[in-house]
Amino acid sequence: MAKKMHDTPNLDQLEDGPWPSFVTGLKALAKDKDYVVDLLGQLETSYRTKKGYWKGGTVGVFGYGGGVIPRFTELKDEKGQPVFKDAAEFHTLRIMPPPGMHYDTATLRKFCDIWEKHGSGLIALHGQSGDIMMQGCTTENVQKAWDEINEMGFDMGGAGPAVRTSMSCVGAARCEQSCYDEAKAHRTVVNTFLDDIHRPSLPYKFKFKFSGCPNDCMNSIQRSDMAVIGTWRDNIRTDEAMAKKWFARHSMDQLVNDIVARCPTKTFQLRQIKDVRSGPSISSVAINDTHAIEIDNHDCVRCMHCINVMTGALAPGEDKGATILVGGKRTLKIGDLMGTVVVPFMKLETDEDMEKLVDLGQRIIDFFAENALEHERTGEMIERIGLASFLDALEIEADSNMVSTPRTNPYIRTDGWDDEVARINAKKHAAT
Amino acid sequence: MNQPVQMRRPKETGVPDNKPYLHPVLAKNYGQWKYHDRPRPGVLHHVSHSGDEVWSVRAGTQRQMDVHTIRKLCDIADKYAESRVRFTIRSNIEFMVSSAEKVNPLIAELEKHGFPVGGTGNSISMISHTQGWLHCDIPGTDASGAVKALMDELIVEFKREEMPNRVHISTSCCEINCGGQSDIAIIIQHTKPPVINHDLVANVCERPAVVARCPVAAIRPAMVNGKPSLEIDESKCMCCGACYPPCPPMQINDPENSKLAIWVGGKNSNARGKPTFMKMVTSGLPNNPPRWPEVTEVVKRILHVYKEDGRPWERMADWVERIGWQRFFEKTGLPFTKYLIDDWRGSRASLNASTHIRF
Repeated sequence: MAKKMHDTPNLDQLEDGPWPSFVTGLKALAKDKDYVVDLLGQLETSYRTKKGYWKGGTVGVFGYGGGVIPRFTELKDEKGQPVFKDAAEFHTLRIMPPPGMHYDTATLRKFCDIWEKHGSGLIALHGQSGDIMMQGCTTENVQKAWDEINEMGFDMGGAGPAVRTSMSCVGAARCEQSCYDEAKAHRTVVNTFLDDIHRPSLPYKFKFKFSGCPNDCMNSIQRSDMAVIGTWRDNIRTDEAMAKKWFARHSMDQLVNDIVARCPTKTFQLRQIKDVRSGPSISSVAINDTHAIEIDNHDCVRCMHCINVMTGALAPGEDKGATILVGGKRTLKIGDLMGTVVVPFMKLETDEDMEKLVDLGQRIIDFFAENALEHERTGEMIERIGLASFLDALEIEADSNMVSTPRTNPYIRTDGWDDEVARINAKKHAAT
Repeated sequence: MNQPVQMRRPKETGVPDNKPYLHPVLAKNYGQWKYHDRPRPGVLHHVSHSGDEVWSVRAGTQRQMDVHTIRKLCDIADKYAESRVRFTIRSNIEFMVSSAEKVNPLIAELEKHGFPVGGTGNSISMISHTQGWLHCDIPGTDASGAVKALMDELIVEFKREEMPNRVHISTSCCEINCGGQSDIAIIIQHTKPPVINHDLVANVCERPAVVARCPVAAIRPAMVNGKPSLEIDESKCMCCGACYPPCPPMQINDPENSKLAIWVGGKNSNARGKPTFMKMVTSGLPNNPPRWPEVTEVVKRILHVYKEDGRPWERMADWVERIGWQRFFEKTGLPFTKYLIDDWRGSRASLNASTHIRF
């Protein structure tokens, strides 16, 4: 039995209502732990005063420079002693999850046992970075908890100016839209940079994220420095039986209003069967005895909308791979940035393909490490130096897929134009 | 003499393989899935090219879970789902089962223990959120509590699929916005420059780093009361709080003047239009724990109008693109103020350089 609970009139109100309550969970832990009794005391104080009371510090585990988020209370009495002394330290261990966040219950139970023994018993599944967040541990117990978690086969995630923990979608494990082996790419890339995860020494954080298709369920385009988003080059695949089944359950109104009208490039058309074109870039499928869908894949931007609406009837092509976008981030300091295209398409099938992805990541991180200012993300660095300089440094050929439009101002010195055209032509010639 | 303590060296094993953790049907059909449908809200039914089928039942959690809650979820997985679970990016848990007969008993068990089943398709899914007062060192507000209060109000839409398209909501306790881009975001918006504790700056802060951190160059080194400190040009400061993490004596959080803003129309998916950033549509809402009723009221109002007016498959951003911002503000009753006109870098791109006006 733990000590007596503090009064928590504010937090008590978060036990009402139908959604699962973290306060109820904390109170259950507080029955056995003075630690959580005092945590609730401090949290209730925050609810009353509308102020936070944690500060950072330096706590780590032997051999690593990051991965623990230290928290010490700042809520002190007039003598400088913690008001809630049993929760004066509340550190978090960031642990990297398996790709797709799959678990067996034995593993989850083992996490629970370890964290009940050494920590608060509070685990967030998962933090915004994708980590398993083992929340609430004293400085003394951090190493003990870590040793046991590490012996389970789990490793620490990133924090600070480091390569960070990554995320990948459910992907090939359970999704028909998967365009590459997300889990394999995730592990192959991230496990190359373990030194940069565990020993922070970059200008600022660097994040990889892996989404299997352009629906981007991992939000990689705006949440990662290097987004690997699945796509395909050949034609959308069709299945007539499923297309007819879809149409039988829906209507012409829905087909026209929900798909034809919503195709961003208007390449998805409804035609009478007798008028359907054929050709190397055309996908077509009958939806009933008189009408068919026709898609000219040259005009398709692989947005996924029609495939999302008619899953099974339509599917990504077979020549699959990924688009790589670089520089996504949130507000501070220069404002939000989406990642932008740096590699329009790369295959991700063989081990050699994966090595090329790793190599690209390595070269981007090396350039970032050498050229970014302190606390500058890749997107901000590219904004400062221009995408063309970044491409030059990485020896990546400029490609019109990298821009929404060409330049709209004349403010560029172009005396290298003829040489550049000659170089591109020579390269083209050599390739043929 | 004492022996030196032998420290255990970490095993630098990295991201673990997920294969041992996959549900057997998922492992067997890896990369072979053909299509899926949704027999009811909260349930995904995936069919493989091999003919195998799997049903995934999705339930909401509180994300910050005590071990008792996790063990309860494990008990349910052991009983129904071959001891395998997975989590979504929005902290929902998924149980995979290999026969349709197991779906309803599993749903009943989850609901019995207070885990709402839903969050699929055109529902309002769990709110993606941050740490807040529970664990963050720079929070202007709480996260878990605000999310709990909101989800209590939105749970009906979590369990149904009646919105025009999926709705992703996030909350963030400072302007860094760890919650991320979403259809609706609730984010702290500070309204006063930081109050500087000059006694502490010299000892706690690396002053050049703090000066460099300011997006508008409003911070400069200064001697205050004979001590090296920093000063702020308050006419330049836009109260973003970027100086606070590297220098805690730059106290930006203010119980009364740190307000909440609401943003709409962010999306990460490439479906239909390109991914979009969200836009601020209102601010000045009070930071009012424990249940933030003023925020909930505005969020519900926006969701209500969107649900009534949005066409099938229109995400929040698609809907606003069709009806225009003028009508968005009219329908939601939110005031359009001069503060919503962007003046940050690149802002001209957000002005209306045309005569396209809806009347």
